[in-house]
Amino acid sequence: MNAPLTLSATATASSTDLLLWTAFPYICLAVFVVGHVWRYRQDQFGWTSRTSQLLEHRWLRWGSPLFHLGAFAVIAGHVVGLAVPATWTEAAGISEHAYHTAAVALGSVAGVAMVTGLGMLCARRLLARRIRLTTDRSDKLLFPLLSLTVLLGFSATAVHNVFGGGYDYRETVSVWFRGVFTLHPQPEAISGAPLLFQLHALSACLLFAAWPFTRLVHVWSAPVGYLVRPYLVYRRRAGTPPVPKPAVGAGSSSGSRRAA
Amino acid sequence: MRVLAQVAMVMNLDKCIGCHTCSVTCKQTWSNRTGVEYAWFNNVETKPGVGYPRRYEDQQRWKGGWMLDKRGRLVLRSGGRVKRLLSLFANPDLPSIEDYYEPVTYDYDNLVGAPAGPDIPVARPRSVLTGRPTAITWGANWEDGLGGAPEHAGGDPNLSGEWARKVKFEFEQTFLFHLPRLCEHCLNPACVSACPSGAMYKRTEDGIVLVDQDRCRGWRMCVTACPYKKVYVNHATGKAEKCTFCFPRIEAGQPTVCSETCVGRLRYLGLLLYDADRVGEAAATADEQDLLDAQRGVFLDPNDPEVAAAARESGIPEDWLAAARRSPVYDLVCRYKVALPLHPEYRTLPMVWYVPPLSPVLDAVTGAGGDQNDPDHVFAAVTRLRIPLEYLAELFTAGDTDVVAGVLMKLTALRSHMRSSTLGEEADESALAAVGLTAGEAEDLHRLLAVAKYADRYVVPAAHKEDAAALSAIENRCPVETTGDPQPRKVMLGIPTLRRASDGGRA
Repeated sequence: MNAPLTLSATATASSTDLLLWTAFPYICLAVFVVGHVWRYRQDQFGWTSRTSQLLEHRWLRWGSPLFHLGAFAVIAGHVVGLAVPATWTEAAGISEHAYHTAAVALGSVAGVAMVTGLGMLCARRLLARRIRLTTDRSDKLLFPLLSLTVLLGFSATAVHNVFGGGYDYRETVSVWFRGVFTLHPQPEAISGAPLLFQLHALSACLLFAAWPFTRLVHVWSAPVGYLVRPYLVYRRRAGTPPVPKPAVGAGSSSGSRRAA
Repeated sequence: MRVLAQVAMVMNLDKCIGCHTCSVTCKQTWSNRTGVEYAWFNNVETKPGVGYPRRYEDQQRWKGGWMLDKRGRLVLRSGGRVKRLLSLFANPDLPSIEDYYEPVTYDYDNLVGAPAGPDIPVARPRSVLTGRPTAITWGANWEDGLGGAPEHAGGDPNLSGEWARKVKFEFEQTFLFHLPRLCEHCLNPACVSACPSGAMYKRTEDGIVLVDQDRCRGWRMCVTACPYKKVYVNHATGKAEKCTFCFPRIEAGQPTVCSETCVGRLRYLGLLLYDADRVGEAAATADEQDLLDAQRGVFLDPNDPEVAAAARESGIPEDWLAAARRSPVYDLVCRYKVALPLHPEYRTLPMVWYVPPLSPVLDAVTGAGGDQNDPDHVFAAVTRLRIPLEYLAELFTAGDTDVVAGVLMKLTALRSHMRSSTLGEEADESALAAVGLTAGEAEDLHRLLAVAKYADRYVVPAAHKEDAAALSAIENRCPVETTGDPQPRKVMLGIPTLRRASDGGRA
């Protein structure tokens, strides 16, 4: 379905486009994957959400749920907008206009919640001295990068789709995005997109590269298993045999246990 | 019957002088690190008082422990699984640092570094959270010895009943005792049940409740769920930390640091065998005041041959069984029944028990012009003076004053019997008989409470490992880095090498 575009554009992709929209995303993804493997194996102790609620809870009380719930909706919107080709939704009988109206409406609510929440979380990190002092190097990278990505995405939507004439990113940005993951990179698909969309995509790539080295890793520890596990957890002491040996002849076996 | 063993503790509150040696040695051993400055795995509170953290016993506010829902099922007071996951982003029932206290250090350098001048240099307090000078307005033991009681002690959540209106915090009329508290290492731990990551666990071998620092993801639900507020957030690492019952020492057959250093020798350590299959049922006992008996019903008699056989079946070694038979904790909890759990109504089945203090009653007898040494006066006080009794019942028996009165009468009869026999007077055994003790049992209980030596108070069998030497070795380092220091340094802790080296298969 994208064949004509691919054929015509491959010829015209400049080396800058190749670098920005093929090499750079793949480097970022590689860092994302390798970084996670490395961190998971090396740093279980540092793998945490780094809660600071103990030190400050008034801003967090509103900021954190707003940000997280907004982020869930925004991520879901991205999955639909980037991963699902326009042809699929059309086949499902959803017109282009209906799709974009719904996307802008739902996306605006989610985006406002996420931006507000992130703003509150950043404000508390800057203004509450206790929190500022617990901010480490990874946070100093993560908070600006995350804010930049969120704001670029937010303003791209606002400028082009809410107040502007409407820009159909599903014909350009989404095609590029899917190309990266299907190993058929199409740098030319995004090279003509508005600057805000391009910058948003680039900063998102950087965010993915930074991900494994920040507190964002807590995302992968979302404790859904808690819903089904038994309440009480018993564990044997590390280093002891996992199953106690059956004591057949009581007296003698306990003696041998000591030697076992 | 699934027999498990637990190293449990009993404290004899009449002997606690509130010296805080246990707290200080515990802190020096375990929590003198960045991030847990405010945390006292062991603390000593003055009762009546609001406690540490402030009003932690108010479960309407803090939602700790378990409760029965409308259909009589046992549920966490802080809510079910879905509600817990929904409150991950902001936990509405988490105490803030102000509910503990703002930790401070002092400008010690100023004492030696101040320029010469007419004034003596002083070391001003400085918040360790902000690095700025601060006023110290609260602490882990702000109300020591009823200090400020007229102002604060009315906030004690145990003073909520009708009777409590009469409690006066006038110097002449009041009573006080000290309550050392540490993690209860409960049979039905709410913290473990609330941990979304499954990082907290109860060890099958010795019942110690621990946090797996590698698995904790900092969701902080354990802090809310623990009704005793004995799990703490390390604000530097973002992970939960708690009393470890000094497991490296216990595994080596040594008492915990708080027990070892207790000046009043009021702590007892020993094994309790319990039936793990009956824990849930006992915790769900309908009437709060039956929880004490229900929990005692979960404990097993180590002298019972059937219990011993079942214990061997579930892998409890022979020397542990022998230790269970010599356990001073079993004697105080089950045989003489003078020890009581702290707040059984939280339904966690706590495993640090207390011999309630007789001193509030004795003080009341003296205050009323009676003779402390006359058991009749004390008996009369136990039955008539409701206030100390009601208060103790709130703490130890979910409000059942008869049980507390029974224990206090037993202690009074014992006191009077030993007094007369020591002074060579004719011993009156009728008082003993009234509380269900024979002269022989009284001697035995007296020995246990008054003169027991180190080896009698701490009956801790070493962990069953062939490499027991490695267990007690202080070689490896805990991965608890202090953050905020310019040069992150590792802190030496007594963690045996084995725990990290050979735990490839985490069960």
